Amino acid sequence: MESLPFFVMLPAILAATWRMATPLIYASIGELFTERTGVLNIGLEGIMLFGAFTAFAAVLFTDNLIIGIAAAILVGILLGLLFALFTVTIKANQIVVGVAFNLLGLGMTGFLFRALFVGTDNAVRTVPVLNIPVLSDLPIIGEIVFRQNLMVLATLILVPVASFLLYKVAFGLSVRSVGEHPKAADTVGIGVARTRYAGVIIGATLTAVAGAYLTIAHTNQFVEGITSGRGFIALAVVVFGRWRPKGVFWASILFGVFFALQLRLQAMPDLIIPYQALQMLPYVATIVALLSVRGKTHAPSALAVPYEP
Amino acid sequence: MAEPSTSSSETAVTSTTSAEELLGHKETSRLSKFLWGVVGPIAAILVAFLVSGIILLMAGYNPVFAYITLLEGAFGDMRVITEVLLQATPLILIGAGLCVVFRANIWNIGAEGQFYIGAVLSAVVGIYLGDLPAIILIPLLLLAGMLGGALWAMLAGWFKVRFGASEIVTTIMLNYIAIISTGYLVTGPMIEEVGKFPQTAQVAEAARLFRFLPPTRLHIGFIIAILVAILLWVFLFKSSMGFAIRAVGHSPEAASYAGIDVGRNVLLAMAISGGAAGLAAAVQVSGLTFRLYQQISPGYGFTGIAVALLAYNNPLGAIFSGILFGALRSGAEVMQISAGIPSVMVVAIQGLVILSVATFSVYRMKYTSR
Amino acid sequence: MDMKNDYEIILRMENMVKTFPGTVANRDVNLEVRKGEIHCLLGENGAGKTVLMSTLYGLFQPDSGQIIYKGEPVHFHSPKDAIQQNIGMVHQHFMLVPTMTVAENVILGQYEPWKVLNDMEQVSNKIREISEKFNLQIDPDAFVRDLSVGEQQRLELLKTLYHWVDLLILDEPTAVLTPQETEGLLRLLRELSEEGLTIIFITHKLEEVMQISDRVTVLRDGQDVATVNTADTSPEQLARLMVGRDVLMELPDRHGAVGDAVLSVKNLVVENERGLIAVDNLSFEVHEREVVGIAGVSGNGQTELALALAGLTPISSGEIYLDNQDATHVTPRQLSQNGFAHVPEDRHKMGIILPFTVSENFILHEFKDQPYAQHGLLKESIIEENSTRLVEKYDVRLASVDEPISSLSGGNQQKVVVARELNRNPRFLLVNQPTRGIDIGATEFVRQQILLQRDAGTAVLLISTELEEIFHLSDRILVMFEGKIVGEVPPDRGLIDEVGLMMAGKEVRV
Repeated sequence: MESLPFFVMLPAILAATWRMATPLIYASIGELFTERTGVLNIGLEGIMLFGAFTAFAAVLFTDNLIIGIAAAILVGILLGLLFALFTVTIKANQIVVGVAFNLLGLGMTGFLFRALFVGTDNAVRTVPVLNIPVLSDLPIIGEIVFRQNLMVLATLILVPVASFLLYKVAFGLSVRSVGEHPKAADTVGIGVARTRYAGVIIGATLTAVAGAYLTIAHTNQFVEGITSGRGFIALAVVVFGRWRPKGVFWASILFGVFFALQLRLQAMPDLIIPYQALQMLPYVATIVALLSVRGKTHAPSALAVPYEP
Repeated sequence: MAEPSTSSSETAVTSTTSAEELLGHKETSRLSKFLWGVVGPIAAILVAFLVSGIILLMAGYNPVFAYITLLEGAFGDMRVITEVLLQATPLILIGAGLCVVFRANIWNIGAEGQFYIGAVLSAVVGIYLGDLPAIILIPLLLLAGMLGGALWAMLAGWFKVRFGASEIVTTIMLNYIAIISTGYLVTGPMIEEVGKFPQTAQVAEAARLFRFLPPTRLHIGFIIAILVAILLWVFLFKSSMGFAIRAVGHSPEAASYAGIDVGRNVLLAMAISGGAAGLAAAVQVSGLTFRLYQQISPGYGFTGIAVALLAYNNPLGAIFSGILFGALRSGAEVMQISAGIPSVMVVAIQGLVILSVATFSVYRMKYTSR
Repeated sequence: MDMKNDYEIILRMENMVKTFPGTVANRDVNLEVRKGEIHCLLGENGAGKTVLMSTLYGLFQPDSGQIIYKGEPVHFHSPKDAIQQNIGMVHQHFMLVPTMTVAENVILGQYEPWKVLNDMEQVSNKIREISEKFNLQIDPDAFVRDLSVGEQQRLELLKTLYHWVDLLILDEPTAVLTPQETEGLLRLLRELSEEGLTIIFITHKLEEVMQISDRVTVLRDGQDVATVNTADTSPEQLARLMVGRDVLMELPDRHGAVGDAVLSVKNLVVENERGLIAVDNLSFEVHEREVVGIAGVSGNGQTELALALAGLTPISSGEIYLDNQDATHVTPRQLSQNGFAHVPEDRHKMGIILPFTVSENFILHEFKDQPYAQHGLLKESIIEENSTRLVEKYDVRLASVDEPISSLSGGNQQKVVVARELNRNPRFLLVNQPTRGIDIGATEFVRQQILLQRDAGTAVLLISTELEEIFHLSDRILVMFEGKIVGEVPPDRGLIDEVGLMMAGKEVRV
């Protein structure tokens, strides 16, 4: 595999790209909704860890994937409620609360993992890969599209649904108005707090699902710190994707390329660059992406500003 | 931290001194300020411990026993107390530095990475310039650490000022880059002996900080930390430059109007907090670890954030909250051994403390308008 | 206007009380409005008019009191309830979302969250219909951020007329209109009233009250002090009721002749935030001992002009000279050191730092300089002395100079700004909307100080959207429209109509 010419490896790289991009897609579409209502949630890393751990633990105990995903969704909803409670109702500083959620995620999942699971055999069943008789065997497309697991494929539905919700439904109008000019929304009877709660909960739930993907689809177990900064990269993805579902999808794919390349290049035997340089690639790419966007000119105007009626 | 703004056209009061003006007036007594400033953080800590106690209970542990071992591990005897102060040293430095940058409303989440870079530079000085006499070597080493941290932070600052890039994301990305780079250095070019442990050689004897309380390990780094915290307090509240930084933190527009160069002050604030983190690393390397290795920081950069927030971004307060979190760390090790509770629980407790403080801040502002 | 002798009471607000932390906005207010009338709610800034109507509209919940609408007691928990009862409100500050279209803004909040937006065609058509009917030209598919200020005002009105309304509340709607546009609006309101619509019109402008209302209720200090038939009263009487005493506006007469040019602006071009030209090739001068007033509807480049002069926004081309020295590309600090003082438009965003103490706000420009700082450290006793002296001299009402300035009223905050700027005895003073949002006592005081400073030799540039103020204080009036100076007039009140036309961009011979 290692010394094959690049174009032969391309389908594998593209397939891997989509797989690496998947958690970013889930999390950044979620955060997109949150930020569009005007709330900045930088605690995605912690929430993703909670989702990862919960799904893993649930599947370990019940051997049932549906319960695993449901558990992650439940945890996401609860965390979303909590986050919204602190930022929308109590109106504590959103950045500070986000930092706290990250620490909580790291600490709690680390604690629970070591207390409950260390030393035991931890592999769980994973989300199945799609297997359509003829299509899956097609030369290039087969690998990229038809041999992905279901959660990866689900991202294809996620993006149009998110777009529809945001632009073609009255709820989306509420979301956008609350993030741009909450006072205006308030004066026409839109509940600003209520809409923000919805945005935050959608965000947290999708982020938890992104975490679940990591432990029950992408790999088959939980490792401490499995998220490796993806929650933070998702924040950059939202900026780079200009707060739009399609933009955010393609931005995630772009970052997925860096993750995929990093793994692929590391596996090559005769590499002059130390593998750490490749390890850094996604993080450097994130910075470069942010520099190229030149600031948040497209950000929702009321982002991170608590609303006082 | 974000302040609620008052809209003058809706709540203006006529300028005749009426009873109403004094009634709802936000004149706060000394007592009430004291209560919020001191009792507030203590209450926040207690709430955090309560909640984590519940979590421990649900996980099947005995929280009371856990907390007793925690306290023992923090205040049990003289040696243990010095260990607490040792743990507190880097936290006080990082926390005090973060107080400055948070007051500028810049969210430097990158103290961890700034620590690493500072550690690398100071280790380089301590190892490769080890022939210099201590009187030159030690200040040089500390300076190198400060410089490393300051420059790493200023990089993110420049990204913000020049490109408008969110410092939250860039500093976090720089954390990863710094940690990975350090990993490369200690397993590659700087490794003590090829094939052995992933750590550098020891720094020269002359590069090590004086231990002033034998047989304990307490070194003058602790004194340095206290002095720096005091210095930063004076800087923030008693100097013109501190005034400028605080103005920028409250309102960049008003600061510009006042003739303050916002960009320059952002860079200054980042340099100070990065420098403090780098100094913390230099102090660790030359006072405690005497070498550089992969896990040189067990999350000091993030605990430092909790230290600053608990101190309401006041560098003097960072001394006390630094000692508190040092005690937490120290005690957690003992808690793990005696009660079997994974010490990483302490990270979760930090998160709870931050949530409590953030909540209390909101009510504090409502009632004292500070 | 015919006298309606037998009338039906459509709205009654009884014993309304509403407090906010630190102030009582409405204390025991009673209001009675008759069906089909135009009822003015008059009072100075801070009297409680907006709060009262916001409570009616469901934006606030009253602490106590009763609202009886169409004979039934009502309690609106949110504007949605009020809208359902056919009450509409046009707000003082536009409640429009700039990134959405006109049509989206109109239907905002009207639908259930799950409704799919597949009827935007019909919405646009209905908007065009209403535009026609009420002569409120507006393009349903335009984005609000691309609309002019006047168009946005029309959109605000259109939003309420899109639904059936029986009661229409307007909060200071003429603040952003030229005299002619105001005329148009008042005419429209009269028409609507004749069709049976009840209108409550909030204002602090006496002329408008006399022009349009049937009856007027005067609010002062959170209480209603009188309700009179407009035909039975006079502006003087209303003014007295508004303020509680005879309003003296004794302003010092000029003494000393106009001197040399202090500020010289040549061919100034400034872009706004969106890259469009806001100040278009502007040239003018301001001399010692003179007040030059810039009149104009807000949004015609005044904000950008002020920021450019103060060194707070980049200049595309042109020159600025301060005392014959090139001041085109200098920093605010350099300007400050050369005798430039600035009372900014938005005191909360720029003029003061709310969490800072009053003392700290007094030295906002000088915290690096002697005598307030030495060797980089602040000299607290000198700073405090300075504050105490200024508070005394400028009559700032407060409890302590060490309190955060956020605890002061708007009027007193503005006094701090004015005190700080004038205390430096500037060569040039730029004042932008100096009396916006402050009570009449502070307003009088600030205007007096401006003229006193003029007489002391300062060159003053006054920017204000209140024509009254411009005419009152200026020695020369320049009218600004779309970034250009379209006319210059002496402060002769007989020329107000001409000025109004110029503000709207019409060519006028004066």
